[in-house]
Order: sequence, then C-alpha cells, then structure tokens
Amino acid sequence: MEPTNIAAPEYFHKVVDCQWACPAHTPVPEYIRLIAAGRYTDAYMVNWKSNVFPGILGRTCDRPCEPACRRGRVEKEPVAICRLKRVAADNKQDIHNRLPVIPAQKNGKKIALIGAGPASLTVARDLAPLGYEIVMFDGDPKPGGMMRSQIPRFRLPEAVTDEECGYILDMGIETRFGTRINSLKQLLSEGFDAIFVGSGAPRGRELELPGRKEAGANIHIGIDWLSSVSFGHIDKIGKRVIVLGGGNTAMDCCRTSRRLGGESVKVIVRSGFEEMKASPWEKDDAMHEDIPILNMLVPTEFLHKNGKLTGVSFEKVKAVYDAKGKRSLVPTGEPNEIHECDDVLVAVGQENAFPWIERDIGMQFDRWDMPVVDETTFQSTIPTVFFGGDAAFGPKNIIWAVAHGQQAAISIDMFCQGEDVKKRPPPDVAIISQKMGIHEWSYDNDISNDLRYRVPHQEKALALADVRLEVELGFDKKIGYAEAERCLNCDVQTVFAPNLCIECDACVDICPMDCITFTPNAPEDELRLELKAPAKNRTQDIYVSSELKTGRIMAKDEDVCLHCGLCAERCPTGAWDMQKFLLDLTLAGPACHSK
Amino acid sequence: MTYIPKPKLHHPDLPKNKLGFTHRDYEGSVSTLCAGCGHDSISAAIIQACFELDLPPHRIAKMSGIGCSSKTPDYFLGNSHGFNSVHGRMPSVLTGANLANKDLIYLGVSGDGDSASIGFGQFAHSIRRGVNMVYIVENNGVYGLTKGQFSATSDKGSKSKYGALNSDSAIDMVAMALQLGATYVARGFSGDKEQLVPLIKAAINHHGAAFIDCLSPCVAFNNHIGSTKSFDYVREHNESVNKLDMMVDHDPIVADYAPGTMELVTQHDGSVLRLRKLAPHYDPNDRIAAMSYLGERAAQGEIVTGLLYVDPQGEDLHDYCNTIDKPLNELGTADLVPGQAALDKLNEDLR
Ligand SMILES: Cc1cc2nc3c(=O)[nH]c(=O)nc-3n(C[C@H](O)[C@H](O)[C@H](O)COP(=O)(O)OP(=O)(O)OC[C@H]3O[C@@H](n4cnc5c(N)ncnc54)[C@H](O)[C@@H]3O)c2cc1C
Ligand SMILES: Cc1ncc(C[n+]2csc(CCOP(=O)(O)OP(=O)(O)O)c2C)c(N)n1
Ligand code: SF4
Ligand code: SF4
Ligand code: SF4
Ligand SMILES: [Mg+2]
Repeated sequence: MEPTNIAAPEYFHKVVDCQWACPAHTPVPEYIRLIAAGRYTDAYMVNWKSNVFPGILGRTCDRPCEPACRRGRVEKEPVAICRLKRVAADNKQDIHNRLPVIPAQKNGKKIALIGAGPASLTVARDLAPLGYEIVMFDGDPKPGGMMRSQIPRFRLPEAVTDEECGYILDMGIETRFGTRINSLKQLLSEGFDAIFVGSGAPRGRELELPGRKEAGANIHIGIDWLSSVSFGHIDKIGKRVIVLGGGNTAMDCCRTSRRLGGESVKVIVRSGFEEMKASPWEKDDAMHEDIPILNMLVPTEFLHKNGKLTGVSFEKVKAVYDAKGKRSLVPTGEPNEIHECDDVLVAVGQENAFPWIERDIGMQFDRWDMPVVDETTFQSTIPTVFFGGDAAFGPKNIIWAVAHGQQAAISIDMFCQGEDVKKRPPPDVAIISQKMGIHEWSYDNDISNDLRYRVPHQEKALALADVRLEVELGFDKKIGYAEAERCLNCDVQTVFAPNLCIECDACVDICPMDCITFTPNAPEDELRLELKAPAKNRTQDIYVSSELKTGRIMAKDEDVCLHCGLCAERCPTGAWDMQKFLLDLTLAGPACHSK
Repeated sequence: MTYIPKPKLHHPDLPKNKLGFTHRDYEGSVSTLCAGCGHDSISAAIIQACFELDLPPHRIAKMSGIGCSSKTPDYFLGNSHGFNSVHGRMPSVLTGANLANKDLIYLGVSGDGDSASIGFGQFAHSIRRGVNMVYIVENNGVYGLTKGQFSATSDKGSKSKYGALNSDSAIDMVAMALQLGATYVARGFSGDKEQLVPLIKAAINHHGAAFIDCLSPCVAFNNHIGSTKSFDYVREHNESVNKLDMMVDHDPIVADYAPGTMELVTQHDGSVLRLRKLAPHYDPNDRIAAMSYLGERAAQGEIVTGLLYVDPQGEDLHDYCNTIDKPLNELGTADLVPGQAALDKLNEDLR
C-alpha cells in the first residue's frame, strides 16, 4: 500500500465516525468533552454553530451519527450522542450575548425564503449576520415548519421550538407568516436578489382501496391529522385505531392516538418488522405504550357499514427470495385477516408538491416532476432560485434540512458577491498535540467501561394522559457526565512519525485492541488479513507508514482504535503522538470569497 | 510506564484458544517499566506462547529475582502463581517449588545481573541439576533497575551511556548453559517475536532444564551507539541459524523444502519441533559443535540466535532422584508418616 496521506483533511475526518456521518459535520467529540467538563453553554454553542437547533435535535434527531459511532463496534451500543446534545441545551445559560451581531448597515442584497422550516431558518441564520436583508414567508402562522406542525409535542415541547426559532427571527428577519406563496413567477418579479425554496414535502400519500370514499369520515392522512392535533383542531379519536405504515410518521400517529382516547391502537405494516423505516428506538417507544406492531399484512379493503368504517381487511403475505437473494412478498393463500376499528390513520409516505411553481418560467423539472437541483450548490436551473430541505430531494429530516440550508446559504452568498458557486470553500482544519506530560493528555484517555445509559421516561400513565407532556425527561447532569465519558474521543488522532520509530514493539504490545502491526508491505487485500487482528471492516481505513529501518511498515487498523493514547504513552521516542483534529465546516461569509 | 489501566475492551474478532481464552486473558497488571523496554516485548511473547499452547494459567508458576526483568512476572499471566524472591535466589526457590510440586509449569524469569552476577552460582546449579523449567534471562547488558551499571554480560570494550568503557570480560550465558548441561538452549531477541514465541513454546514443552538467553534492549540506559545490546546493534549482528515452528500434533508433512534444509525433532512429550535451517551446517543436536560454532561467531562480533541445542530426550531432577509420580505436596499424612513398623523395617535394612 501507499503511505497514507494524513495531510488530506478527509483522512482524519473519516476517523471521527460520528462527525463524518453527521450531515452538518458537527464536531461531536468536541462538544461531548465540553459536557463532561460541565461547560454546557460552550457545548451548546459548538452545536448551535454546526446544527442550529441543538435543543430540538437533542430530542428528535434521526442521529445518523449513532449507528456510525465507533463505540458501537467495540462494545454493544454507541454513545447516546443525540441525548447528550439535549444535556447541553437543558443546562446552558443565557446565550444571547454569544449570538452573532447583526450589522445595522445592510449589504444591499435582499433574499426571499419560502417556508419557515429548518432549512429556511438555517439560511436566515447564516445570511443575516452578513448584512443580507431577509424576508421569510410561510403559510403557517408560526415558524418551525414540520418541527412545529408534525412532530408531536410529547416528543418536542413547543417552548423549545419557540426558543430556537426565536434566536434566528431576532436577527432582524422580516417575517410574512400566514402568507402562502401561490406564484413563483410573481415572487421572481419582486426584485429579490435570490430566492430560497424551503417549502418541505407537505403532501401525505393516499391509499386508494375499496371503501376509501364510503368510510372516508374515519380515514385520515397521517401528517394532516398530526398537524391538526398540533394546532389543537383535533383532540380525540376512536377507541380502536389502526395505523397503516411503518415509518416514523406512523409511530407518531399511533402514540398520539394513545393519548387522544385510543385504547386499542395497532400498527400494521405490509413487510417485515425489521424492514420498517421507523427508527428502532421509535418502535421501542411505541411498543412500550402497548401498541402492537403486526407485520406481513397488506391492506386490501376498508370495510364499512351504513357509511361508517368498521375495519380493514388484510391479505397475509410471506417473504420469498429468488436465486439472487432478491425478496418479494407473495400471498400465503390463507384467508384474509380482518381487523376491526373505529379510525384508520394512513401513514404510507410523503411527497413533494409544487403547484405554485409555474412550469413556464424556465425552471427545469425532472421525470418525477421534481425541480432539477444541483446536489452541491442547491441551485436550480433558474440561477437566482435555490432549494433545500425536503423541497430539494424529497423528505429527509431536520439535520439534512440544516445541512442543505448551510450549503445553500454559501451558494447564495457567493452568487450575490459575484463568485462562482461551484468553487466550494474547504473546511477549516486544525491539528494540535494533546501531550501535556509523560502520561498527561489534555483529554481524558481513560476508557469508561459503562454501558449506554437509558434516558429516563415520564411515568406511563401520566404520559398517556396528556398529548403535550414530554415523555423523555433527559439525562440529568450526573448521568450526562457518565454517558459523555463513554465517548472515545475519536477526534484525538494517533499520528505516527516513521523517522522516530525504533521498532521496539512497545505500542504493539500495549494496544488493547490489537490495532498496530509492523509487517512487510503488501497490497491492501493481503495486508488486511496479515494484521495482528484481521481488518475485516472495509469501510475503515488502514493507516500505513512509509518504509521503516527494517524494511517493514507500520500498519494501523483504524476500525476499533479506542484513542486511549497508550501507544503514545508507551512509545520511547515519541513516534506516536495524540493530536486533536478539529474540523469546522466553513459557513457562508468572507471565508467563501476569493476577494 | 503508564498510569491508566489497560482498557478491558478488546478487538471483537480476537481468536480464542481451546480453553476459550483470548490472548488478553493471559495478561497481567500494566507494566511499570520504561516505555519501549525490551522486557515488555518478552512478556508479550510469553503471553502469546501460553495462549497458543492453550495452557490453563493456574497450572503455571512464575518465579523471579530482583531487577526490571524480575519485575515482569507481574505484567503477564495475572492468574498464575508467582514468587518474587530476593536478588539472585530465584533458581533455588524454583528448584524447591519444583521438588514439592512437579505438576506445575515453572517459568524462571531473570536478568543478566540477577543470573550472571549475584545469582551466578544458583543459575549454574539449577541448570546442572536439570530442573524441569523454562529459565529466561532478559539480557540487556546492564543493571537496569539500579540505573545502568555494566552487568557481567556486557561485552568487553562496549561503552556505557555516559561514555565509560567496559574493561571486564563478558559472560556468555548460552555458553554457560551448554557447558552446564542444559538440554534445551536458545537465544532470542525481544525485537523479533516471530522467532521468540516458538522458542518459548518449545521450551515450555521441553522436559528438563530449558534455557533462553533473550537480548532485550534497555531503552533508558543501553540503547546508544557503542552499546552491543542496542536495537540497532542486535539487528545488525543477529545471525539466526534456524527458524522454529512448533507443531503439537504429529505432522510428517515437510513439503517444499530442499533436502537437508528441514529437521524434525520429536520431544519427550510428543510435540514436534520443525526447524527450518538458515545456516545449513548448523546442527542443533551436537552440543560440542554448537559450543565451538558459537564461540567462533562471538569472536567475530556476531550474535547467534535460534534454537541452538536440544536433547529431545532430556531428563530432569525428578528422574535423577527417582521420585514417585505423584507430586510430593499431594502426599497425605499416611504416606509421609508411615508409622513405627515402617521405621523399624527401614532401620533393620540399614543394619
Ligand atoms: C410526523 C413527522 C415526524 C417527523 N419527525 C421527525 C423527527 O423526529 N426528526 C427529524 O429529524 N425529522 C422528522 N420529520 C421530518 C422533518 O420534520 C422534516 O424533514 C423537516 O422539517 C424538513 O424541513 P424543511 O425546512 O425542508 O421543511 P418543513 O419543515 O416541511 O417546512 C416547510 C414550511 O414551508 C411552508 N410552506 C410550504 N409551501 C409554502 C408556500 N407555498 N408558501 C409559504 N409557505 C410554504 C410550510 O407551511 C412549512 O412551514 C418528521 C416528519 C413528519 C411528517
Ligand atoms: C542483595 C541485593 N544486592 C543488590 C541489589 C541491587 N540491585 C537491584 S536490581 C540489581 C541488578 C539487576 O540487574 P538485572 O538482573 O540485569 O535486571 P535489569 O534491571 O537489567 O532487568 C541490583 C544489583 C539488591 N536489590 N539486592
Ligand atoms: S466514540 Fe465518541 S468520538 Fe468516537 S464515534 Fe462515538 S461519539 Fe464519536
Ligand atoms: S490509541 Fe493507540 S493503543 Fe489505544 S487503541 Fe488506538 S492504537 Fe491502540
Ligand atoms: S513504541 Fe514507538 S518506537 Fe516503539 S515500535 Fe511503536 S512507534 Fe516505534
Ligand atoms: Mg539487566
């Protein structure tokens, strides 16, 4: 193998699994250390800079970082990264004096944002401090988008949404809430320098089955029903409820039903339990609230009597695999299963809808009738119009909406300053030795043996009695500290200096994870098998040195390194050093400009 | 030296041996030696050897004297028996323990100071008595623990860290062991575990006195230019005469080797040593030839390593003393105090 180029920022960035997996590249271990140090406000601000909504995300994030977390590969479960974010948010002090100063003198550029969801709010946060004049439109009366309208209050209290949207609106954003944009053509003619479309994916998919019309009064589209609950238009449901669909919306529908009078609430999905789109923890939470999840049942008909829904009929299916291992669901041939109910909630997917964008204004749409949007610049085929969030590439989640918003803000800034939007700014990286003494590091290198802590929950009877009562109570400071200590500090990198190594083997002998091997060089496939412990995880790199005195190389499997620094402590010559690699994504502003 | 304990977590794909242990189960407490000390690598090699031999840790006894090297038994085999004796007295303590309980595997761990100076006599007699043991000298050419004075294995003319020249002649522990009748003699280097681990494994399986001289650079006091026990010097002058694989089961397959380049040696316990010859004329069964070859090469400044001599049918102290099969410590009062009638009979026989 060629020696690893550790000067390329991607190399060490990839080692920080959580940060690499986070769409907004939040420096996770950095904020976790701040939490452990009791510096909650600092931890909050690190998050606020990267992901804009730490309090909201600390309760609701889809947390792509957690399945990626190295801790999950060295013991049973990853660090509770998401819930630690909430610890920072819950315990911080007033942050107003840490927010960016908004210039009184504007820069003369005016930007329209369509929608007040997380994507638009992020664009506003990034551009307002640069002197842009921002006008934010939303059909709803309050900001937050689906964070306010869809995510149930028992998962996300409204006060948290108010607070974190407030920090942004207080930046002098002009809001036109309660104003739906009905024509992009019209808006384009109003003299904005750029327009950002953050209108989300607002349409719930229909389920056209026999009986849909006749029993329609008791069949509801999940996301519409949830927003009606959020806005207080609906406050009860029948005793027996069936939720169709296996995603997160279905989980919110069933749990909300339990709180509005649903006594027997079932989730019924067409495929297997394992293939459900809902996050595992959401399924757990639903089942904990006495909601069974039945699988391999395909709905075929809504049953009704005298114009009233009585139940749903399901065909039983089983999974069969063809020679290529491709799965299909085929009927078992057994008689249909009937489930009686009073109400049905349909949560079988979400779609984009752009009825308000005229098709004759020069914007290109693809064959799925989605606007053509560049995946890095978020620019549409009309150069002044940018997209982001669910509106760009279909429904995702809040953290992706934030990441899109940040990139779109960079593009808008560059576009308005006459720069080439395709020239993306590199990230800001710094690498600093953590050595303070022979066995002293400026991070806690002692590895905690604790298993993942559970977030305490509200007592079930109380939780089910109030649709607005937050279920999760969050970690207190003590558990928060203990959970923070589980983090392996993957950003503190093992950096090897081949010219200093005397090949004494001390690092090999001490390494608790058998990561390090001194061996003759070989092609990667062979080398991976010749290491002290085979490096089977191909998604993780092998760190390879240049040739050493004996003609061998040092090869380190990054996969399960604990970042404990023992190799560096044992090295007699300082050939290993532990260096903190801090990567900050560059946001809109002077760093993006060539002039 | 490290302050934090080595984390309990280990690689998820670590192989397990027949007892279901990983190599981590053979570790001891965390070393307090200087970072980079060769002795720590020898500890790692012992751990690996015991792991590969599927040894139950509680059937091993580690004995040592005084010195950095003699501290190491604390750093491996944390679930084995151990005795840290006074300086140079490990051999007699080990001999006593072995006499009392011949069923344990005895690992004598010592240094060049511990064995070639204060304990020289003890070393000599334990070898010539054929105590069934593995005797490892972790040889760094200095008294490491007392800050780097020349030891008796330090070569004449070699230089101390602070510039003093050694004027005394060196004791070659391998030559001594051969002379004294050790039935297994090897020399290894802490920086080459591929060579060292099989040497330790074969020594453990050997019946009789097995001696290993293991060069083990002292990073703090004897790893400079002018030293003949430094990493660089040993690497430059290492002349390995053979490469040893140990096969516990009989395996007659000796494929792919030109005639005369491979030798199979079946030890007393049935284990088979497979020796790949690197120096074609070297014969590890010929004690006298070995002694003269080693002397020649040493005069050239070369350090001969590998399995240097083995008598596969070695005998031990218990064979010589004709003790019973049962370990003496298991004998009950009835066996040990046979009563007046037995005494009378014995006295009668001696009249
Ligand atoms: C039930 C449910 C639960 C969810 N739970 C989670 C969760 O726990 N975690 C998570 O990360 N994500 C969750 N999501 C997804 C998440 O809410 C969205 O991905 C995210 O809000 C998208 O942000 P956005 O800014 O793109 O758009 P949205 O949040 O959808 O905001 C779009 C806004 O634009 C407004 N708008 C639309 N068209 C117009 C127009 N023409 N004129 C003016 N205003 C307009 C809308 O009123 C809305 O306020 C959930 C989604 C649903 C449906
Ligand atoms: C009876 C006695 N005399 C002297 C000493 C001092 N002393 C301690 S260790 C040591 C030498 C150890 O040298 P070696 O066996 O080579 O061990 P190393 O530290 O080099 O591994 C000496 C002389 C002692 N502890 N006890
Ligand atoms: S252990 Fe910590 S730094 Fe490493 S991936 Fe998990 S959260 Fe990130
Ligand atoms: S930091 Fe060094 S010693 Fe610790 S696990 Fe990683 S490679 Fe091994
Ligand atoms: S401990 Fe240091 S000098 Fe020794 S092998 Fe490892 S990197 Fe090289
Ligand atoms: Mg010594």
